[in-house]
Amino acid sequence: MEMTRRKLLAFGSGTFVLATLSSLPAFATLTDDAIAELTGGADMGEGAITLTAPEIAENGNTVPIAFDAPGAAEVTLFADGNPVPNVATFKFGPLSASRGASTRIRLATTQNVVAIAKMEDGSFQMAKANVKVTIGGCGG
Amino acid sequence: MASGVKPRVKVPKKAAAGETITIKTLISHKMESGQRKDDDGNVIPRSIINRFTADFNGENVIDVTLEPAISTNPYFQFEAVVPESGEFKFTWYDDDGSVYDTTKKITVG
Amino acid sequence: MKYTTIAIGSVAALVLMPGLAMSDPDEDSLTINGDISIVTETDAPAHTENLSTIYSGWRFRSDETQAFQMDDFDNPGMIGVENAMVNWETVDGSAGKSCASCHEGPETMAGVRAVYPKWNDEKGKVTTIEMEINDCRTTHMGAQKWKYTGGDMTDMVALISSVSRGMPVNVAIDGPAKETWEQGKELYYTRTGQLELSCANCHEDSYGLMIRADHLSQGHINGFPTYRLKNTKLNSVHARFKGCVRDTRAETYKPGSTEFIALELYVASRGNGLSVEGPSVRN
Repeated sequence: MEMTRRKLLAFGSGTFVLATLSSLPAFATLTDDAIAELTGGADMGEGAITLTAPEIAENGNTVPIAFDAPGAAEVTLFADGNPVPNVATFKFGPLSASRGASTRIRLATTQNVVAIAKMEDGSFQMAKANVKVTIGGCGG
Repeated sequence: MASGVKPRVKVPKKAAAGETITIKTLISHKMESGQRKDDDGNVIPRSIINRFTADFNGENVIDVTLEPAISTNPYFQFEAVVPESGEFKFTWYDDDGSVYDTTKKITVG
Repeated sequence: MKYTTIAIGSVAALVLMPGLAMSDPDEDSLTINGDISIVTETDAPAHTENLSTIYSGWRFRSDETQAFQMDDFDNPGMIGVENAMVNWETVDGSAGKSCASCHEGPETMAGVRAVYPKWNDEKGKVTTIEMEINDCRTTHMGAQKWKYTGGDMTDMVALISSVSRGMPVNVAIDGPAKETWEQGKELYYTRTGQLELSCANCHEDSYGLMIRADHLSQGHINGFPTYRLKNTKLNSVHARFKGCVRDTRAETYKPGSTEFIALELYVASRGNGLSVEGPSVRN
């Protein structure tokens, strides 16, 4: 392929877009810090906790989220693209049946929702879901 | 006390002993995040429900810490086991020091 | 544990491809509280020349947004209905009356939402529910008017609407209402603003397409008042009209104006045959 100036420009702007996209979760390190604080850097398992979130949220102001973590003592939710990553912590008492719950959360932008379960044996489990937050057509 | 705050809960009236029941709760509350600014550019101070608990006959079911990322009108759905007849107590704690609570009786038999 | 299934439907998948044309609402059906069946799709009324089938806006929303409306406890719009129930019973004004003094329970309002806006013989004009509420307040209760799109007003309209859910919208467009209806139709097809868009451009010519990331509905108002996830409160028909017209970058008519009353009658009539849904939940 002959590389013309025009093609080069197009190519260049394409990579710029990719680079911008890959840096989307601007607050991710805050979330990493918060998780490290919660777990004390312990190893994280996966598979014992499931997180249900919409792939696409029609509005970031009210996003339904559910998790189920059999055997968990507590579950903390994080949103890694929010200005403050912590969303909520659920501690389960002796009369809780399943170790699950659902709620509605705010997501500032497209990002990952992360659920960390502290299991009854002291180990940690993680689940993650990417939620695309759309910008509507009509402000209304 | 913030205005217009009213708790709502949905609990079955009857259950079998040891049965798992689903509970839904919702409290009308603005959940001002502390991230927004008013028309003059001043930050609107945070004012949220920061904790929610559900207990049955004095024993805990769930204890939730809420952050500003919980939506307006906080909603929770969760499950409880009821060993005997008794009363659920639901409590919400506001940043401004207000405490809102409501109770629901359930008959086991 | 059992959760209401929150599966991602075809609507959501298609949002990923904003460049692609698509025109179909989804195939879901709506029953509220497992009890009230809602007609979300039916033949367009004869006067609607350019549509053959009409769909509720509910059918254009994602499965998650749809789920909010399927149970009254999950529907945050019911908070407004509860507020209105308190106002319904509350004595206000010099006559020492509440709504309940004359109308007993709110259930006596069943059927009202379905036929409004409606010709009022005594007043010699088409009136909306909001106007009738304010007429009750000033004439019969001796109370202050409520702001047309204010919270107390919109909550009360939601309460009155809620007892008609499942009934078919059936506003009259003939007889003395015809002139107002014609005026509303004229407004519906008139382009406004710097963007030069009419109601029809989006909601008749382009429903089903994406307007940025938003799935355009047919713009029916059978679901009003509507709890929007965006502003987490009940929104009235005229407030929504104002938002739409503003988005065309036009100076808008005022809520409660004769123009918006006429437009409300016309837009309501395009949804004749759909069920009353208000308070609905939208994005």
